[in-house]
Amino acid sequence: MKIAVLAGGRTPERDVSLRGGHRVAGALAELGHDAIVVDPADAPLVETLREKAPDICYLTLHGKEGEDGTVQRLLDLLGIPYTGTAAFDCEVAFDKVLAKDATRRAGVPTPDWVTVEGWALRDLGAGAALGTVIERIGLPCVVKPSRSGSALGVSVVEREGDLPAAVMGALSFSGAAIVEAKVQGTEVAVGLVGSPLEALPLVEIVPKEGAYDYAARYTAGATDYYAPARLDVDVAALCTTTSYAVAAALSARDVTRVDMIVDGGNPWVLEVNVAPGMTETSLLPMGAHAAGTDLAGLCDRILQAAITRS
Amino acid sequence: MAEFSVDRFVDLYAHRTSGMSASEVRALFAVASRPDVVSLAGGMPFVQALEPQEVIDAATEVLATDAATALQYGGGQGHPPLRERLVELMNDEGVEADPDDVVVTTGAQQALDLLGKIFIDPGDRIAVEAPAYVGALTAFGAYEPDYLQIEIDDDGMIVDQLEEALVRGDRPKFVYTCPNFGNPAGVTLSYERRRQLVGLCREASIPIIEDNPYGLLRFEGAPLPCLRTLDPDNVIYLGTVSKVFSPGVRVGWALAEQSVVQRLVLAKEAADLCGSSLNMLLTERYLASDRWRANLRVLVDTYRSRRDAMLEAIGEHFPDGAMWTEPIGGFYVWVSLPGWFDTQSMLAAAVERKVAYVPGTAFYPDGRGAQQMRLAFCYPTEPRIREGIARLGGLLTDEEQLYRSMHP
Repeated sequence: MKIAVLAGGRTPERDVSLRGGHRVAGALAELGHDAIVVDPADAPLVETLREKAPDICYLTLHGKEGEDGTVQRLLDLLGIPYTGTAAFDCEVAFDKVLAKDATRRAGVPTPDWVTVEGWALRDLGAGAALGTVIERIGLPCVVKPSRSGSALGVSVVEREGDLPAAVMGALSFSGAAIVEAKVQGTEVAVGLVGSPLEALPLVEIVPKEGAYDYAARYTAGATDYYAPARLDVDVAALCTTTSYAVAAALSARDVTRVDMIVDGGNPWVLEVNVAPGMTETSLLPMGAHAAGTDLAGLCDRILQAAITRS
Repeated sequence: MAEFSVDRFVDLYAHRTSGMSASEVRALFAVASRPDVVSLAGGMPFVQALEPQEVIDAATEVLATDAATALQYGGGQGHPPLRERLVELMNDEGVEADPDDVVVTTGAQQALDLLGKIFIDPGDRIAVEAPAYVGALTAFGAYEPDYLQIEIDDDGMIVDQLEEALVRGDRPKFVYTCPNFGNPAGVTLSYERRRQLVGLCREASIPIIEDNPYGLLRFEGAPLPCLRTLDPDNVIYLGTVSKVFSPGVRVGWALAEQSVVQRLVLAKEAADLCGSSLNMLLTERYLASDRWRANLRVLVDTYRSRRDAMLEAIGEHFPDGAMWTEPIGGFYVWVSLPGWFDTQSMLAAAVERKVAYVPGTAFYPDGRGAQQMRLAFCYPTEPRIREGIARLGGLLTDEEQLYRSMHP
């Protein structure tokens, strides 16, 4: 098949996306496909796609535009099938404000949170209510941009006085921020691939120092990973069930990754990534590896799911 | 239960690499390189000012007359005729030198690395300006020094602080300084402080590393004597052709006394045997005629106008409480903002508004600098500089509003 691997784009996750995209294109070529990497930042995407006329697009874009439904809507319009979640569902999954609400409504546990909107601070005097945020969520808490990835703009707040700076940092990336209760526990990620989605072995994340931030994610060796995760069988099974539930609630398809924290025996869903990273330090390929599936096998399952649908 | 290894060599790397990690700021710069973003971040020289034909002529001449040398290995100290040209270049700034005391390096950046290699053992104290050139911090950083940071003001390094440290018993192995329109602050060490610094260091037998990439890019006022001129015996001088010719040829140099030269040459040969003969010969040919002087005049005029455009726009668009330096040469303006600004966390919002800068934290080894930013005026055109500063000013105003909304 002729496959355009969409990677790069114009977001802070550009390099991460390109690294993953080139790996995916190599894997697809191994499978005998005619795979090319197309970077929407290089040339107007519509022109390139009309010229190359791929049978399908394999999406490895991250961040705004790539992960929030924008590219998906464009591909819908052009009538080009693509891997991954549908446009509207991407929009919900990418926006933590919407996704957390959808998660809770589906009865899936997610740490308590409050949304702080930039315009509410500027125009509605919401700053006066920041004290209430802390009363409600407690300390420590985690402040995240509503629409961003790779832990960019995320900070942990230990003292109430540090909340405004953390909110400003998150709002630098996005119009809204969420202030989320910090659950202490084991960080795990569950990759889900295929149609219907099937869980890969859990990957446990243990940063060598501090939080699983941008540097811990993308500096090889800065984080230890265990796949499968070192959890009791029952707890691991509960994590998997939980990941199915939240993926269904958000209508994720083909490939997705659910990040959670396990506190005692209880999994809490932090977020659902409909465009999980595919770099050499990314979690989804690690989960696949633990299941005995190489990158080509992983890409093939994702691709087949998308082809079957179209 | 297998530990998944993403880097099977992770336990083998040297301790000195522990500071080398992926960073958010680097990720944001990947976005800042898109054409609609006005980048006030990188210090890229305006190489478009070069007459292409003059470079073609020099390259043609090199290959027509001396291909055997240009395409061969050379000595570790660098092509001798080039060293003579570099001495002439230094004469322009009042520095007397012997070509035998010059080591040609791959940009002055390599000289920083080699000096780190020959002087710094892990834990050694070295004195740097605060803020200091980020490339010097990364070059020295690999040798794991302990930094003595000396603050700066509008007259450059506050030498009194160094003196106080020496009185307290501090003994840095060397003092690194960028005295002319330095990177990042754009300030120039005053004449009085130059005298004070060389006197102090001579008395304490502490060598000075004088990094002078911008010295010839002076916009106004009379040149001040180089530290090397004031004390040839105790100053290691670093120069580069990056700012007067091209950073692409990677030709820089160190001027030092023979004992240091010998170690630098050995270290240089261990690192890369020798510099690029082709680039050294090309640079020698280009500098042989006076064409570089004409080019330099164009550069100085261009950078001066761009500096003016930037300072004027900053005055117009930046909020009350912002302070900035007014460089009389070089590439950079250094901005200090009220204490609650965080230029590192604000960078994403800046890039979203299509303007980029370097957060001040890059220029300190200890995480300070969150209220500072470096703005480069060397590369964008004047209208782009005005547009970029207007965007940045708008952002600063909005950030201030956001801050006030949370601190009624």
